[in-house]
Amino acid sequence: MTAASEGRKFTMTTLKQLTAAAGFVLAALCISPVLAAGDTHEAKDVDFSFEGPFGNFDRGELQRGFQVFIEVCGQCHSMNYLNYRNLAEEGGPEFPEDQVKAIAAEFMVMDGPDAEGEMFERPAKPSDFFVAPFPNVEAARASNGGAYPPDLSLLAKARAGYHGTWNQFINGAGGAEFIYSVLTGYEEEAPDDGEDHGALAYNPYFPGSWIAMPQPLFEDMVEYADGTTASVEQMSRDVSAFLMWAAEPKLEARKRIGFQVIIYLIVLSGLLYFVKRKIWANVDH
Amino acid sequence: MAGHSNFETNNPLIKWVETRLPIFGLMQSQAMDFPTPKNLNYWWTFGGILTFCLAVQIVVGIVLAMHYTPHVDMAFGSVEHIMRNVNYGWMLRYIHATGGSMFFIAVYIHMFRGMYYGSYKEPRELLWILGVVILLVMMATAFLGYVLPWGQMSFWGAKVITSLFSAVPLVGEDLVVWLWGGFSVDNPTLNRFYSLHYLLPFVLVGVVFLHIWALHVTGNNNPTGISVKSEQDTISFHPYYTMKDAFAMALFVLVFAFFVFYKPNYLGHPINYQEADPLVTPEHIVPEWYFLPFYAILRSIPHKLLGVIAMFASIFVLVILPWLDTSRVRSARYRPIFKQFFWLLVIDCVILGFVGANPPEGTWLLVGQIGTAYYFLHFLVIIPLLGLIETPKPRPTSISQAVLDANKGKGGGADAVPSAQAAE
Repeated sequence: MTAASEGRKFTMTTLKQLTAAAGFVLAALCISPVLAAGDTHEAKDVDFSFEGPFGNFDRGELQRGFQVFIEVCGQCHSMNYLNYRNLAEEGGPEFPEDQVKAIAAEFMVMDGPDAEGEMFERPAKPSDFFVAPFPNVEAARASNGGAYPPDLSLLAKARAGYHGTWNQFINGAGGAEFIYSVLTGYEEEAPDDGEDHGALAYNPYFPGSWIAMPQPLFEDMVEYADGTTASVEQMSRDVSAFLMWAAEPKLEARKRIGFQVIIYLIVLSGLLYFVKRKIWANVDH
Repeated sequence: MAGHSNFETNNPLIKWVETRLPIFGLMQSQAMDFPTPKNLNYWWTFGGILTFCLAVQIVVGIVLAMHYTPHVDMAFGSVEHIMRNVNYGWMLRYIHATGGSMFFIAVYIHMFRGMYYGSYKEPRELLWILGVVILLVMMATAFLGYVLPWGQMSFWGAKVITSLFSAVPLVGEDLVVWLWGGFSVDNPTLNRFYSLHYLLPFVLVGVVFLHIWALHVTGNNNPTGISVKSEQDTISFHPYYTMKDAFAMALFVLVFAFFVFYKPNYLGHPINYQEADPLVTPEHIVPEWYFLPFYAILRSIPHKLLGVIAMFASIFVLVILPWLDTSRVRSARYRPIFKQFFWLLVIDCVILGFVGANPPEGTWLLVGQIGTAYYFLHFLVIIPLLGLIETPKPRPTSISQAVLDANKGKGGGADAVPSAQAAE
């Protein structure tokens, strides 16, 4: 073996070690959460029916969740991107049309101008958007100690309960879990950090651990039409599922069509593979 | 390389057209008979896949544009309108959003393939440079498109990236105001971003056309990196590569569909489902995953202007890559040391991607700085030096010879029989 080839061999071994070292660094990076969540707790794991490739919403759960939303959350939070008619649509709570009409009619909306040029109030129809509890952001802030209760239409997709590249790939972003965790996360004693947090409530599941919203749900706050016991956990779970539907109303259609597409593509890929193999059979390649 | 047309027909109408505009002959010679090395592996299927990605993005994008409203007060709501009320609008939008990511996955694989097999080397330098231009236009298009839904990350991403231009000496501040069309990212910014997001894909079509034209002048490189010597080295593009590409494309679409239907929001940011608010800055402002390595380079340098220069230099260095590489051997198959440095570069880029997703502090900043230094070291020092010090492995005399050797190797289980050195 010449000195030159000896040297080359040495370089290659070193390089292999370097590559291995870089591989370890990479693996370490993958394991560590990409966005450190600080002191905030990772969301609680909730076993929702809409998880997984075949998971659908539970109608009963969505209907109970709607009840919690309309009786509790909706007192302060808006739901601007939903129409009442959505409540009757396939893949949602699927309330009967009559019931949706009745739900809408409980709210008044400004309409007009009429033939005389006057604006007038009328009961809401299924085609109307959800009526917001406050006419504008300023009014909402004024009634809530300066804090704006965010619109809930997309909250379940706009918040992450789980962090980390791999974790989110396996478990999803955990938006519904985040909402559940915050709603049920008021029980812990606040640590004494020597700071004055004013009217903020301690909630270790909320980013920063201090939240302007006081604990919203208490036992038996709503009386479920289906007789389910309204524990804090039950209501939190139901309303989290409802908000997931509100944020992603086409979830069921998406998974159903997705399954058909995937099956189709697997068959197509298989056929194309055999076509390709047959065509290439007589070519040395 | 591009064979002349031997198109024949008895159809009088086609004949009439052909004598005035030889488009059928062009299709026959360039899309059907085009002689292609017979040993291309599946890494070569990404060219076709990329063309497919561009077509999907344009077609779906045009439909989305029919329902989208480019106004700061209505943009976010119009996207929700698409998601909730437009027939299959959710599917179109998820295809378009995921499509951007799939486009970048494919383009990065395509580029790394070009680097591994030395596809950028003489005579394909211009083909490669056109590819870099395509990458730049793609990046601009993707950035502009991400602003359109007018979520929190759209707005703040736009603000951060456009503010980079303020680092330009003397005219920086004026330049940013000119880009914004005002004194902040606002309605005029959204309008022009929408206009340009619609325009640039058609610019892409043009550059892609030039890219394919240049390819059809030099012909494909191949895994051996050895030039085509005779007709035995090639086969016609159709049906061999049309079918191989079709199979690979079906697999690619399978992955694409998985994300569209089962992980549609995984590649985005949750916070972008919150409408843009100029008064509330998100905790972390990060671009889409495909920009993260460049973002890491930008932020690893604690000087604004130098950071911007480094970021643009990281792409510009690709333009001069054909002249930085001093090795006459194209394929990494016959370059044992280069092969390892190639993989180190891949790992470096992935690490930079993770760094880009994290705040530039502490360990992340340090890793980012080492990663950035290594990125430039690879192109500016390692690549030029390797060509001078590396002893390449013996290469087969031709593509056909390589194929014979490989098949022999399969039977015997031993290494391919080394054959005489080939002049490339």
